[in-house]
Amino acid sequence: MSLIILSLQLILVPVLSPLFVGLIRKAKARLQNRQGASVFQPYRDLLKLFNKDEVISQDASWVFRFAPYIIFTVTIIIGAIIPLVTTIFSNSGLSDFLVVVYLIALGTFFLALSGMDVGNAFGGFGSSREMTLAALTEGGLIFSLLFLALAAHTTDLFGIAQAVSNLPLSFIVPIILAFAAFIIAMLAETARFPFDNPATHLELTMVHEAMILEYSGKRLALIEWAAFNKLLIFMALGANLFFPWGIAFGTGLIEIVAAFLAFFLKVALLCLFIAVLESSIAKFRYFRLPDLLFISFILSIIAISLIL
Amino acid sequence: MLKMYSKILSTPKTVIDPANFKLDQDVEVVGKKIEEKVKKLFRGSLAIREVDAGSTNACEQELTALSNCYYDVERFGVHFVASPRHADMLMVTGSVSRNMKEALVRSYEATPDPKIVVAVGDDAIDGGIFKGSYAVLDGVKNVIPVDFEIPGDPPSPKVILSYLLKILETLDK
Amino acid sequence: MFGLISAQLAFFLSLGAFLAGAAGSLVFWKNNKAANLWSNILAIIGSLFGLVASLSVILTGAVFSYAISSGSPLMDISLDVDRLAAFFIFVISLIALLASVYGIEYVKHFYKKYNIGALGFFYNTFILGMLLVVAAHNAIFFLVAWEIMSLASYFLVIFENKEKENVRAGSLYFVMTHVGTAFILLSFLLLYSFTGSFDFSVIKANIANVPPLIQSVIFLLALAGFGTKAGIIPLHVWLPSAHPAAPTHVSALMSGVMIKTGIYMFIRIFLDIMPGGPLWWGELVLVIGAVSSLLGVLYALTEHDIKRLLAYHSIENIGIILLGLGSAMFFFAQGMKTLAILGLVAALFHTLNHAIFKALLFLGAGSVIAKTHTRNMEEYGGLIRLMPATAFFFLIGSMAISALPPFNGFFSEWLTFQSLFSGLATAGISMRWVLIFGAGALAFTGGLAAACFVKAFGATFLARPRSEEAKHATESGTLMLVGMGVLAALTLIVGFFAGWVAQIISSIVNGLSAFKKVDVPFVADSSAFHLQSGFAQVSMLIILLSLVGVSVLVFLAVKIFTKDRKIKIARTWDCGTELGPRMEITATGFSRSIITIFQGILKPTKQTSIEYRDAEMRYFQKANIVKLEVADVYGAYLYQPLQDFLTRIANYFKKIQSGNVNAYVLYIFLILIILLLILTV
Repeated sequence: MSLIILSLQLILVPVLSPLFVGLIRKAKARLQNRQGASVFQPYRDLLKLFNKDEVISQDASWVFRFAPYIIFTVTIIIGAIIPLVTTIFSNSGLSDFLVVVYLIALGTFFLALSGMDVGNAFGGFGSSREMTLAALTEGGLIFSLLFLALAAHTTDLFGIAQAVSNLPLSFIVPIILAFAAFIIAMLAETARFPFDNPATHLELTMVHEAMILEYSGKRLALIEWAAFNKLLIFMALGANLFFPWGIAFGTGLIEIVAAFLAFFLKVALLCLFIAVLESSIAKFRYFRLPDLLFISFILSIIAISLIL
Repeated sequence: MLKMYSKILSTPKTVIDPANFKLDQDVEVVGKKIEEKVKKLFRGSLAIREVDAGSTNACEQELTALSNCYYDVERFGVHFVASPRHADMLMVTGSVSRNMKEALVRSYEATPDPKIVVAVGDDAIDGGIFKGSYAVLDGVKNVIPVDFEIPGDPPSPKVILSYLLKILETLDK
Repeated sequence: MFGLISAQLAFFLSLGAFLAGAAGSLVFWKNNKAANLWSNILAIIGSLFGLVASLSVILTGAVFSYAISSGSPLMDISLDVDRLAAFFIFVISLIALLASVYGIEYVKHFYKKYNIGALGFFYNTFILGMLLVVAAHNAIFFLVAWEIMSLASYFLVIFENKEKENVRAGSLYFVMTHVGTAFILLSFLLLYSFTGSFDFSVIKANIANVPPLIQSVIFLLALAGFGTKAGIIPLHVWLPSAHPAAPTHVSALMSGVMIKTGIYMFIRIFLDIMPGGPLWWGELVLVIGAVSSLLGVLYALTEHDIKRLLAYHSIENIGIILLGLGSAMFFFAQGMKTLAILGLVAALFHTLNHAIFKALLFLGAGSVIAKTHTRNMEEYGGLIRLMPATAFFFLIGSMAISALPPFNGFFSEWLTFQSLFSGLATAGISMRWVLIFGAGALAFTGGLAAACFVKAFGATFLARPRSEEAKHATESGTLMLVGMGVLAALTLIVGFFAGWVAQIISSIVNGLSAFKKVDVPFVADSSAFHLQSGFAQVSMLIILLSLVGVSVLVFLAVKIFTKDRKIKIARTWDCGTELGPRMEITATGFSRSIITIFQGILKPTKQTSIEYRDAEMRYFQKANIVKLEVADVYGAYLYQPLQDFLTRIANYFKKIQSGNVNAYVLYIFLILIILLLILTV
């Protein structure tokens, strides 16, 4: 049974992530008084991209060609080792929050390298901005997850989900502080407002998009899918680690279905939050972003000092 | 902030019903026949890259209006992209000026197959009011192969959207 | 295998090989090729024996010692190789082996210009000095070996003496290393005066005779002295100029191994000879480690000279090692010896890992420099097509130093994090802040190091060539590739077997008398590495297998699903204009954002000088030169005031030297009177 669940977890994130991105876009469209594309539109986009030919630059090397596979692989592996519906995999040595953070860094590393590989003007500065933001986000991200690890006395993500759901109510204030820090880190890593506008056409304001301007066809599909996966991974971590009520502790069928519904609901709420956020504020000027990331770091330190 | 949310919630819906965009006549294929694999591919999702080959910006304004809350082209699965590498359809506006000829050719070559080229506006079709000038090349079809044309100077967003939907229908047949 | 030859014999054979290498290079002074082959092949033989000796001591516990006393203390030879010394001998021999293999081909670039015999002599003496330093058991002999190591490396730094900046770098290195030696000498003299001997075992046995205040003074002196060699901030000023000046395989040794001898003595003095230190020792080392790692990586980001960039990264990694060591001292002072082992294992593991991947990166940089004849990264570009194997190995080195799984750097940073986290979980309120500062520094350092290596690898190897030289580069020679390839494979292998290596290192730590019979805080079985407290576990095996397996699956799945699609090669999307080499991102431009964000710490300066076509009218510019630099904070605020102060004192005392012989006779007379008075009283 656990093997079935593990293999389900392998495909759950890639299968569901375009749906949630479609949900965010639909919510944003509704807030803009439009109708917007259907929530299943990202699936159609990916399918169409896989069916297109590719044009590859003559300056590109094997780094450009292999990076999308590595970036996509990393998101699949992380999707398999985070708690989505059940916590039965604690103590199996599979997941550790530092492993998750550094695997994400591996994906970002190759994305930045591929941005520099083609030698156009945009890819280079996109890589520069992305690596700067990634470097500064690590502090807030690691420390907000460290808060959870210290509260749960384990760094195993499944164990954290199990332990946090049993914490007394007095922990709610530090959890909210650490969650705020985690949300800021999530917005930075997944290239949403106020760090980056995923729908912009102005290269001067791009961070993530600038690095993928040169990709086409199936490689573009893999990178876009990996970006969707990363968003779902962060939202799943936020939902299941900070507010894990509803997650299944065993493998009973009713439990798993209920956990799945709870997961869906929590992630949909986060999607709505992101959509409302993106409709309320503007993208920040680039040099205001490090202040925001240091705020995330300080918030998690405050949360840690409240529980120690 | 609360004032903004209350405004969002209280504004009435303004999206125009798709029934208003039915085109009476069929849109014909200019140039060579569309390949088989292009059909059925772009009905669900179409990525458009807009190329301004020396236009008066009138067509650009109309194309920009396509994404607003009245016409909302996104609900048909169509969206505008930032790079020709991501695009399926090139919407070219403007009679091609000599300075933009090379840029237009490079945009065309940078777009991966299968692709469609649509010339939007009378200027792009055959030079429009600038036809015969020494500075323009009299229409996109003299530079890159064009598949569809949308007439008008400039065509209103209603006309553009009607033609676009008809093009998608034609591709699907 | 170890039964054939005893550890002691192997060690002496290795010392003998290096001696012969040095002597032989002098014999082959005139013949470049023979000197090159002789010195490097004997270095390889010596390293192989060193590896055998160290592995024999580590794996079978066959520690040995050897002493010859002669009449004068300066000529005493006293060696004692316990497991800790054997570990460092292993690291030295490993890197020396691969640097020598690389050197056989690399040194050919110096044939017509400089004397290879001298290079071979100093190279072998340098490695010999390092081996004697970690094996020494007597303070005087230690200082002799330390001096041999420093002098030999000084001559290697100024080897390319036709460049003035190399000579200047050598002078700075010479002064700084002797300042460090002075501090070390002071600390040894203090120990001698309280324990009556220079021998390390005797000092250890009598350490209770040293009062705690003097122990703290010795701690600070040793920290300053060995810290100068290790390159902690603010004593690091010699590192960024000296390491790039030396020939590259020597830089790899200096950066990968020589600065680790400072770490060796830190462990020896702070955890073996004087293990009972108070809490603030560990906190100070932690703070120094955190500051060094952050500042090291920030300064690395400002560099566009590839070897200076790698030198600053050495400072950063020494900071990370000190974080592990500091947490070990921190736990030890509180009596938590099990957790102290965790910190010490993290520090030692990172020592090994850093030696491997820093040597790999330096050798890669050396290959690039040899082919393009410049150290300036702004003139590289597109080398991945011309030097594919070098680029691949450099990429592996970059991934290892950025602590990306599945390579070895990730595991040692993970261990360092775990030792800091375990401290957070158990520490009292006042001590928490040091650990949070350390963990925060480590978190930011990891990300900034990745950013710096995206810049270094991207500017050097990717996109299009930015200069004529880069367009005509060719692949490195076979032996150079072998040297780099073995190191790259080692990063992967050590990462894969990380749990097993950590267990061996913990047995080394158990060999120290302060940690005898202390429980090891982790368990490494065939698949995963667990901490005993149940706090954390990681499985490098699963990470590697899943990365390889899933990427192969994804590749095949995509290939099958899209097998009808074609790929067309066309020009880069350039928005219709020509893309020149000026349009690519430059190394300077890449890090401009980070420098602007941290401008309070880095203090960047920008000078523009404009040359006009008409100096009076000043309308049209002929040339506009912009100099972007980072202010030399340590020179301005630490060393220059110190130097001014010392010069002022010296000038004051200069008044005694009046030049008048009568005055000198008067001084002698006065001193005689005073001495007679003192001796009679």
